[in-house]
Amino acid sequence: MILTLTILLAVIIAIAWAAFNAAYLVLAERRGAGIIQRRPGPNINGPFGLLQPPLDGIKLMAKQLIIPDGADKFMYISAPVLVMCPAIMSFVALPYSDWLQAQNIDVGLLMVFAFASMGTMGIVFAGWSSRNKYSLMAAMRSVSQAVAYEIPMIITALTITLMAGTTNLDAIVAQQSENFFHWNIFPLFGETHNILMPFSFLIFFICSMAETNRAPFDLGEAEGELVAGFHIEYGSMGFGLFFMGEYANIVIGATLATIFFLGGWSCPFGLFPGVWWFLIKMYAIIFTIIWIRWTFPRTTIYGLLNLSWKILIPASLVNLLLTAGLMKVF
Amino acid sequence: MNQPVELQPDETFVLNVGPQHPATHGVLRIKMEMNGEYIVHAETVVGYIHRMHEKMGEIKTYPQFLMNLSRLDYLGAMGYSHCHALCVEKAAGIEVPKRAEYIRVIMVELNRISSHLVWLGAFIMDLGGFTPLLYTFQAREHILDMMERITGARLTYCYIRFGGVSRDIDDQFIQSARDFMPYMRKELVKYHKLVTGNIIFKKRLIGMGHISPEMCRKYGASSGVARGAGINFDIRRNEPYSVYPELEFEVPVYDGCDNMSRYMVRMDEIEQSLRIVEHALDQLPDGPVMPKKAPKNIKPPAGDYYQATETARGTFGVRLVSDGSTTPYRMKLRSPTYSNMHLFDEACKGLMIMDAMAMMGTLDLVIPEIDR
Amino acid sequence: MICEKLKQALKPLFPAEETIPPVIVAEGEEPAEKTPTPQREAVIETDYAKCGYHLDIKATPEQLVEVVSIIDQNDFFIESITGVDWIEEGEIEVVYDFSRYDFDLCRVVVRTRADRNNAELPTITGVYAGANWHERETAEFFGINFIGHPHLVNLLLPEDSDIHPLRKDFKP
Repeated sequence: MILTLTILLAVIIAIAWAAFNAAYLVLAERRGAGIIQRRPGPNINGPFGLLQPPLDGIKLMAKQLIIPDGADKFMYISAPVLVMCPAIMSFVALPYSDWLQAQNIDVGLLMVFAFASMGTMGIVFAGWSSRNKYSLMAAMRSVSQAVAYEIPMIITALTITLMAGTTNLDAIVAQQSENFFHWNIFPLFGETHNILMPFSFLIFFICSMAETNRAPFDLGEAEGELVAGFHIEYGSMGFGLFFMGEYANIVIGATLATIFFLGGWSCPFGLFPGVWWFLIKMYAIIFTIIWIRWTFPRTTIYGLLNLSWKILIPASLVNLLLTAGLMKVF
Repeated sequence: MNQPVELQPDETFVLNVGPQHPATHGVLRIKMEMNGEYIVHAETVVGYIHRMHEKMGEIKTYPQFLMNLSRLDYLGAMGYSHCHALCVEKAAGIEVPKRAEYIRVIMVELNRISSHLVWLGAFIMDLGGFTPLLYTFQAREHILDMMERITGARLTYCYIRFGGVSRDIDDQFIQSARDFMPYMRKELVKYHKLVTGNIIFKKRLIGMGHISPEMCRKYGASSGVARGAGINFDIRRNEPYSVYPELEFEVPVYDGCDNMSRYMVRMDEIEQSLRIVEHALDQLPDGPVMPKKAPKNIKPPAGDYYQATETARGTFGVRLVSDGSTTPYRMKLRSPTYSNMHLFDEACKGLMIMDAMAMMGTLDLVIPEIDR
Repeated sequence: MICEKLKQALKPLFPAEETIPPVIVAEGEEPAEKTPTPQREAVIETDYAKCGYHLDIKATPEQLVEVVSIIDQNDFFIESITGVDWIEEGEIEVVYDFSRYDFDLCRVVVRTRADRNNAELPTITGVYAGANWHERETAEFFGINFIGHPHLVNLLLPEDSDIHPLRKDFKP
């Protein structure tokens, strides 16, 4: 009984953490954009604008929920939920330190990816059910994008699994935890001696950006031509959920990159070990993603697909093969 | 990168872009027949903010019509007033003092820079890059502040009058304009670093949105569209007016016929405009800014007069048919974007929607100016 | 230079003019008083400094397409098309502006007149595709029917209106 309650509590905390991150990353993004664009950003509500996310939430919830005429009602309403829920569910399996984890699952890696691919379904639902040509086109783009970028992403994750010999996220971090140089991203010093690792990190990083529909890969919500893409007809909290789902996915992407390549919560030379190392690494990656968004223009849909099918997928496959070869040699 | 695609007309659907759409920069509507993401056929629908300036020109007297010109194009308003004033002055035989003409050119060129800056920001925003817009608006703010001090308005100027300008410039303006030059040059380098060298930006621009010189000729395109197609055509050079023959500048011409050429033409034009302003400030003669006996009642002799100038968006023409009275018999305003936009229907065929939108960005559209 | 060339090219179209020596007039609209004949000649050179264009061609509606084709063959671009309502004469004049991209400056104005009550003119969209919008605009403002135009519907005015606001007798 107590065990069940503990698990329940842990899951609730994980969900709260996801929601908190999603809400406050919006603020961080807007403040970050402000810094990059030589303007203050939201700074009125509360100190440093810290009250902005809850106020935004209240505003969105107070708005009328509009369902377009002729829309598929069930799909229309379920779409935002389908985007947000899998994103939050993934958080259950993510370890933040050796003790801070909702549930230590042996197939954690697989579970995270399984939930991540479910988010695309919500986007397709939204695009299809809105009864809007723009959103339909955006949904089609999103599907082709998700299909194209999940493959190299999972192959890269497979490389990690091959080296770690486990799909347990905890165990993957534990393998790298010995020293600064044992992080997977540093090629020569770790146990793996895999010089291809920085390269894998790059592939993974690009894919996670594309997977979360972030600029410069935000083809699904390209406001230049498709106005707002798949969530064009959504207002109120439906839109809010899409928004939060996107940020939750960014956190998942950054967390996975930290776990796979940057050694999770392990710290260089045993300096002040703790969960903050994980957070520092994770938020550094998130900041990079925000930085890229406000610097780059959007790619084209064929440029995006060419990048995946012609470069990233072959590259990740070769990477996997070479890694397997290296494992055999050393 | 635009792969040829088999277009099957029975599988198309119609996408209605606009009248409210973020990429159209105003109320412009394009009916696009699409095959998936490819445009099979496009029809531009304009006229949503038509105000019949030409009829107003026939009803109002010459001085009354002055302020209408700046309502045509809210970004490069000064150039349009300049053209109108030149046409009426030519018809009525009004002499303009040298200093006034120099001040006009300075103002027009500053206005051209500010207009191009808005274009630059908006164009990159069409491509999905939001940040440069804020940078260009910051630089533009300096110009608007400068011009506001002298002209009294930030966008819709009524500064150029028949015979001269309404107010002389002072030392503070000259100083701030001189300070602005190095600042803007530094900013331009920044834009080039941030935007022009960007790999995604290059991929979206180079070789995309082909507009051939022949198409330009058939449609009467001007400004960056023509100069980006390798046509060395700038009214300031080809048909010199005002004091432009006395000023040093080059006409940037790129012959790529693609988005990149049109982009580079406008970027270089900012630089050339800076040069013109600098040079005009150096040469600025002393004297009055209005003739001593500025005519109160303007009654050009009967006849048909035409004047074309190079505004920020291209060749603007004013045709004035006078019957000798205080109001024009006919006032035709030939707007540059009208011709440039017309070309879009043909040029966007077979492009993907996002490339068509990028191409539309390079046309530098200001919708009120099409609709007049 | 190109003006002379164009004049020569246009000569076969206006055979009557060959006998009359060319007269330079100051204003394009009306012939100078010195000219003996009240009818102005078809191709006249105008004072550029005064009017802003070099050649003023007056064509009949039948000649129009041919004149424009000759202009097209000489690499002119279309600048604009507009109309002028001469209500006292009961005619509507349609004015076509052409210019060139190179430094051989020559602005050409082609004028043609149609009856006010039954205004019909041939279209030049076959020669210049860019005339499409200009003709649509002129058609809606002046009530001129451009015969053969591919899509002669209102451009700037509301699509269901049939007013012609630039006619001088237009009452809003």
